[in-house]
Amino acid sequence: MDSTIAAVLLLDGIGNGAVYALLGMAIVLVFAVTRVILIPQGEFVAYSALTLAMLQLGRVPGTVWLALLLAGLTLVRELWDGMRTKRAWSVTGLEIVRLCALPVAAAAVTYLASGHAWPLALQAVLTLVLVTAIGPLVYRLAYQPLADASVLLLLIVSVGVHFTLVGLGLVFFGAEGYRTPPFWDTHFDVGAVTISGQTIVTLVVSALLMLGLWLFFSRTLAGKALRATAINRLGARLMGVSTEHAGRSAFAMAAFIGALAGLLIGPTTTMIYDGGFLIGLKGFVAAIFGGLASYPLAVVGALLVGLLDSFSSFWASAYKDVIVFTAIIPILLLRSLTDRHHDEDE
Amino acid sequence: MTKTSDPAVKNTPLSPLTIAAWLGVVLLLALPLLPVPEFWITQLDYIGLYAMVVLGLVLLTGVAGLTSFGQAAFVGLGAYATAYVTTAYGASPWLGLLCGVLLTLVVALVVAGVTLRMSGHYLPLATIAWGLAMFFLVGNLDFLGKFDGLQGIPPVAVGSFELRTGRSSYYLIWIVALLGALALRHLLDSRPGRAMRALKGGTLMAEAMGIATLRYKVLAFVIAALYASLSGWLFAHYQRSVNPSPFGLQMGIEYLFMAVLGGVGLVGGAFVGAGAVKIAEDQLQNWLPALLGTSGPVELVVFGMVLILVLQVTPQGLWSLVTRRLPVRRQDPSRWAGAEPLPKATPPARGETVLSVQKARKQFGGLVAVNDVSFDVRAGEIVGLIGPNGAGKSTLFNLITGVLPLTGGRVDYRGQRIDGRTSRAIARLGMSRTFQHVRMIPDMSVLENVALGAHKRGAAGVLRAMLRLDRRDERRLLGEAWKQLQRIGMAALANEPAGNLALGQQRLMEIARALCTDPALLLLDEPAAGLRLKEKQALGAVLSQLRGEGMSLLLVEHDMDFVMTLTDRIVVVEFGTKLTEGSPEVVREDPAVRAAYLGVEH
Repeated sequence: MDSTIAAVLLLDGIGNGAVYALLGMAIVLVFAVTRVILIPQGEFVAYSALTLAMLQLGRVPGTVWLALLLAGLTLVRELWDGMRTKRAWSVTGLEIVRLCALPVAAAAVTYLASGHAWPLALQAVLTLVLVTAIGPLVYRLAYQPLADASVLLLLIVSVGVHFTLVGLGLVFFGAEGYRTPPFWDTHFDVGAVTISGQTIVTLVVSALLMLGLWLFFSRTLAGKALRATAINRLGARLMGVSTEHAGRSAFAMAAFIGALAGLLIGPTTTMIYDGGFLIGLKGFVAAIFGGLASYPLAVVGALLVGLLDSFSSFWASAYKDVIVFTAIIPILLLRSLTDRHHDEDE
Repeated sequence: MTKTSDPAVKNTPLSPLTIAAWLGVVLLLALPLLPVPEFWITQLDYIGLYAMVVLGLVLLTGVAGLTSFGQAAFVGLGAYATAYVTTAYGASPWLGLLCGVLLTLVVALVVAGVTLRMSGHYLPLATIAWGLAMFFLVGNLDFLGKFDGLQGIPPVAVGSFELRTGRSSYYLIWIVALLGALALRHLLDSRPGRAMRALKGGTLMAEAMGIATLRYKVLAFVIAALYASLSGWLFAHYQRSVNPSPFGLQMGIEYLFMAVLGGVGLVGGAFVGAGAVKIAEDQLQNWLPALLGTSGPVELVVFGMVLILVLQVTPQGLWSLVTRRLPVRRQDPSRWAGAEPLPKATPPARGETVLSVQKARKQFGGLVAVNDVSFDVRAGEIVGLIGPNGAGKSTLFNLITGVLPLTGGRVDYRGQRIDGRTSRAIARLGMSRTFQHVRMIPDMSVLENVALGAHKRGAAGVLRAMLRLDRRDERRLLGEAWKQLQRIGMAALANEPAGNLALGQQRLMEIARALCTDPALLLLDEPAAGLRLKEKQALGAVLSQLRGEGMSLLLVEHDMDFVMTLTDRIVVVEFGTKLTEGSPEVVREDPAVRAAYLGVEH
């Protein structure tokens, strides 16, 4: 291997690593707030890339129907809960509007937009809104009724959600793979190495999002409320922070981050309906590197995973995934040596 | 108090339930002789194979609270091991079984060693990764045939009879599965089984009872892996070929799904879950394409949704809907009464210094929670540790029992320095304790909870328990638990699930559990809280009697009457510092103590 190849692989690894970092942070965020280990994180990635691809092709993206389906199920569920708990109809109505207004509106706009060749940036924004709107619905339907269950139970629910969303992805998007056009179709020659515009976009957007998250959690009341929920659910509830809203917000953010990641890797990866899973899992390896608790460590882990990914695909491409996923073992070993053992009940 | 008046206690050797279970087994084994269509025999073969794996998950996830998505990879390990040695070297399938078992043992021990030290959710994530890695590895290795796998695996032969057909394999599969279930039932109702059931409630209490929790986590993981590997061996010789796809992550998740659907934690649930999933899978494959016009993983949607719904509606699984309606079969606990007593450690001579705390110090960052506290406890005396809330009493307990490390100073127990040792090691020296916040396993009976204390005095291991060769040992342990329950006046509640007890009774149960460890020193954290006056007096009598037998007690208590009448000496702490020490009369009159409690200036 000469230095040029090394530089190419390095760039490639950092580009992928940035995307894994986003996913890793979303996973840490959701786990901290809701104790849900978000296996379906990768599905948001796939949905977003596929939605944009469909819009590019001038077709109605399956996400429209998916959002409407989930909104419909949420409607039924809220009505059912409303009748069972005999709460006021106005409360039920408000909940339904809160949960379903955005997804239905986003689906409607996307439906109308799908026939026209809107500019790429506008389609990307539409994709972001639509996929983000799905996040809270997923939380409402699958997790909210079990909000106080054990981490283990929630993890198994996550597996169920993953299955469901992958299956729905197949139903609504079909089994074909797509690529989306790059957002900045240009190249820069730096010495012998060519840097694509897309790589720069990826790095800049990732950095901006990390900055945004940091500002959100340290400077805004909503962010502080989420952190409070993460630290002590009961205490936060007693202080008037709604854990339900916290959960929905966390899922909206996770869906948004996933969607963003989907847009960023769409141009370099051919995406199929279940293609998000492996990408999401690499985000996981990163999140575990941070002990599912530390954002900066998750970012470091993600960059390592990205580099491992690109270098192992060069040396031993058949074993690429073996290498990336067994890398988790030394990471766990490291954590088990550094983490002070603590009792997990309470 | 020895007589139990519980009407639900049944002691008949053959209940209708047992008869029904046996009839079911006989029917199951007679099935291939009846004119059952081949299709259903095949279905049942697969259900038996799946149930084996799920049984392992019942132990691992349902009982020990550890989740694994990687069981399919262990199935693959067993299948590929035997496939390789039988096709490449023409070895006997039985040698293949041995290779599979050994290989699984090694891999399971490595994975367990790396991940089980960490808190709960790392294990499932690690097993996802290891399941994926295993799948891609096997699919890329030349000598294992890459993604095409290995063909031409010989059938299992018993003597000269080869199990070539689905009907003949049926017997092997189901005998193994049923024996596996029986062994698991035996295990759950035994000393090592109780230790594994105690893992779910965290490790603090179990360690304080001298139970090596990590060891039992590893054991549960290895047993589950071996069940899976055994299923893989059967699978390879039943299918006569292997390829990586049945051992991927997807299948690993499906096994967990079966366990959850059937009722994770219930042995019967393994069979219900495996059956329901296998049959539903087939039916879905039949009618989903007709309904939706597509085939393939659309059934995943249905699977996923059913899984979520089952967890939301009945988190205990389908089989629990049945078991909940069955009468609870309870054994009369007084049958343990005449058990041969357990060996007792030599108690310290009266007046010997049992516990010596010297300048014990604990700092949390800048906060000094315990500030150079020194005191002794001698054999045959009750020492009270009192002080206002937040004085550092419970921290002091945790320092003495090894739950927290000391920042400075030392603690000696019967002449041995014990600070820096684990709480388990200290428990094994003969110091026992109760907790300020009761720590118990709510779904275990009171008797079983108390028997956890006797764990370190027994010896029966997993293998003996599974083969039911542990009954003599078991009888002595439960006999000890029964004796201590009687002593504390709770014999009538022995069969009750511990979760049903009132708080005061739970505290008494903790004392009985601590007594089962055969302690020379007993540390009680607020034993009288939540007790009524009569119960307090009875407790006081029991504690006095223990002192009379030469036991030493150190107790934290807020009930001043209780402390003043019972103790020989009192140590008073405030803001982590020892205020004074002396007989109850002296302490009562001490102006500094009065100031600490009543806020008078001094």
